[in-house]
Amino acid sequence: MKRRNLMKSSVALALAASVLGSTAWAENPVLKIGFVGVTSGPAAAWGISNQRSMEARADWINESGGYKIGDTTYDIEIVSFDDQKDPKRAIAGMEKMAQEGIHYVVGPNVDDGAAAVRPVAEAQGIMYFPYAFPKELYSAPASNAVLGMVANYQSGPAIYKYLKDEKGVKSVAFVAANESDPLSQRDGGVEAAKALGLEVVSDNVTYQVDTTDFTPVLTPVMRTQPDLLVLSGVSPANAPQLIRSARELGFQGIISTETAQDATVLREGAGDLANGFISVGGASTPEIASDDMKEFVKRYTDMFGEYNDESNTKVYALEYILATLNANPAGIEDVTAFQATMDTFEAPNPFMKGDAKMRYVGTTSFGQKRQIAVPLVVNVYQDGEFETLFVAEVD
Amino acid sequence: MEQILANGIYLGAQYAMIALGLTLIFALMNVLNFAHGQMYVLGGFVTYTFYGQLGWPFVLALLASCITLAVLGALIERFLFAPVIRRSSREESTMLLAAGLAFLFDAIILLVFGEKQRGVPKIVDGVFNWDFRLIMPYDRILICVLAILSIVSFILFMQYSKTGRALRALAQDRTAAQLMGVNVDRYSMIGFALGAMLAGLVGGLLVTITGVNLGMGGPTSIKAFMMVMIGGAGVISGAIAGGIILGFLEAIGLAVLSQYGDITYLLIFISLMIFLAIRPQGLMGKPWG
Repeated sequence: MKRRNLMKSSVALALAASVLGSTAWAENPVLKIGFVGVTSGPAAAWGISNQRSMEARADWINESGGYKIGDTTYDIEIVSFDDQKDPKRAIAGMEKMAQEGIHYVVGPNVDDGAAAVRPVAEAQGIMYFPYAFPKELYSAPASNAVLGMVANYQSGPAIYKYLKDEKGVKSVAFVAANESDPLSQRDGGVEAAKALGLEVVSDNVTYQVDTTDFTPVLTPVMRTQPDLLVLSGVSPANAPQLIRSARELGFQGIISTETAQDATVLREGAGDLANGFISVGGASTPEIASDDMKEFVKRYTDMFGEYNDESNTKVYALEYILATLNANPAGIEDVTAFQATMDTFEAPNPFMKGDAKMRYVGTTSFGQKRQIAVPLVVNVYQDGEFETLFVAEVD
Repeated sequence: MEQILANGIYLGAQYAMIALGLTLIFALMNVLNFAHGQMYVLGGFVTYTFYGQLGWPFVLALLASCITLAVLGALIERFLFAPVIRRSSREESTMLLAAGLAFLFDAIILLVFGEKQRGVPKIVDGVFNWDFRLIMPYDRILICVLAILSIVSFILFMQYSKTGRALRALAQDRTAAQLMGVNVDRYSMIGFALGAMLAGLVGGLLVTITGVNLGMGGPTSIKAFMMVMIGGAGVISGAIAGGIILGFLEAIGLAVLSQYGDITYLLIFISLMIFLAIRPQGLMGKPWG
């Protein structure tokens, strides 16, 4: 008898909890934002930092009572799909988003995935924010993709020019993983370096993305004795090993990349050998991070146990989507209204100190505004932390 | 040439160690353990936790990796593979189980250790540099020596210990071994634990050089299967030969073919396909021949 009562009480309690829970959740209508990207396999760190940035920000918004767009306040729900870095899976992910009525998707993370989802996105009325660099994705007649970060052909020339002018760099070698993104970034880097008058002493050494020992890979590159070694499109998993191998092989020049990195990963994987490594970051260095950025980092850390510096860049896409919808609520159901708003959109950048603005850029590179204005923050790694080398703007 | 030889020996030794555990499990139980790479990764993360995070001496952390993986392997054999093998004579049942385990381990590793690349402090500082003809960091030399010593110890254990003899008997003929009084269930569990322990050992050793991350499991398994296919499935000496051959092919390819782009593994895969078409049982032929 007692057991039966206990069971009845438990069921009643569970029902009450679920009703109360759903009541609380249903206070605001839900606005779903999608994420399609890689959250498993060797490149998982790229997509997971995206997904977690979105989830941390959405959680913060929901906890603060929701996000007001027009007259309605929405709770934000992030719907995620792991494309496993496979274009076919990316298409399936984008179709899933369409089935769920989602019009705004962050991702995919890589070139072929971003290219593969374009027909689905354009046919289904989805705006998507890839972290991939091919210009065709963002140039007319393409309409629905918005570059979520600074491309290497935008950051590379700025970094090389700085190193040429300030550090006396004259020769450069490029190393890239044998995949579409790093290879296209390498080609863009080579072009930019040559345009600046730098001597490219090596640009054909590549490696498998699952390589774990880079000493044999870098040995022929080191023989060319470059002033600058560029790790084109290097993933955070490979960067410390490449740096370590290069230094152990006696390389004393500068090492740089145009991708975002994580200071903890560099410290653990390469230690002091990573000092002086130049990479591209977002907005969390002390010199430029606003209180909101610090709060975001704290919340992300509380939610997931550890912050990922790549999220300095990846915090922006969701913010842009919501702020643009706020500027024109018609965009919630109609992406053409969103696109029309992009041309004139401007709002304060909550993650940077000062009067920085969020706005769409890309006219110079793509002929239309199909890029979010993430600050081009060039960092240098020193003793476990990133220091800001210089800050620039795209367009 | 000196650099290529040194790189080949170093890569070959670590690859052979990775392949040993896989081929042992296959020889004993006819199980293609697709989760072997994930076990290697887990071993790396255990050493990372104890050595890199908690500050234990490296040797103790390595021991912790071995014990953790051995216990895990024993539990997996006892509660997952043994029941499946008992109830199903279809080989794909164990293959699916192993593939499922690989996904499970990936998910657990993500939850517990996160998505980031992890690394530990170097166990030995400094670089051996012979007039720029041969450059090899001391920690790589040490790991290479330890890997070779581990392989030799394993061979001696299999050759001369009572457990090793029982495992070899089991691999040669399960029924005959049972008739001769070998406790098949017990030694299957010990064998699986030993195979998993080897994965943990090499994961713990290599985390000092290569670091470790969530995504390393799948590619590691693929390389391990390649080595086993080259040497002959289920043959200990074959796994060692396969590892050394793959290590040298990689070292030579990266040095000689670098100016043509990343075609080393393309050529290795083509060579492997041709080789298997001619000699499908691999170099060493029958199990335990």
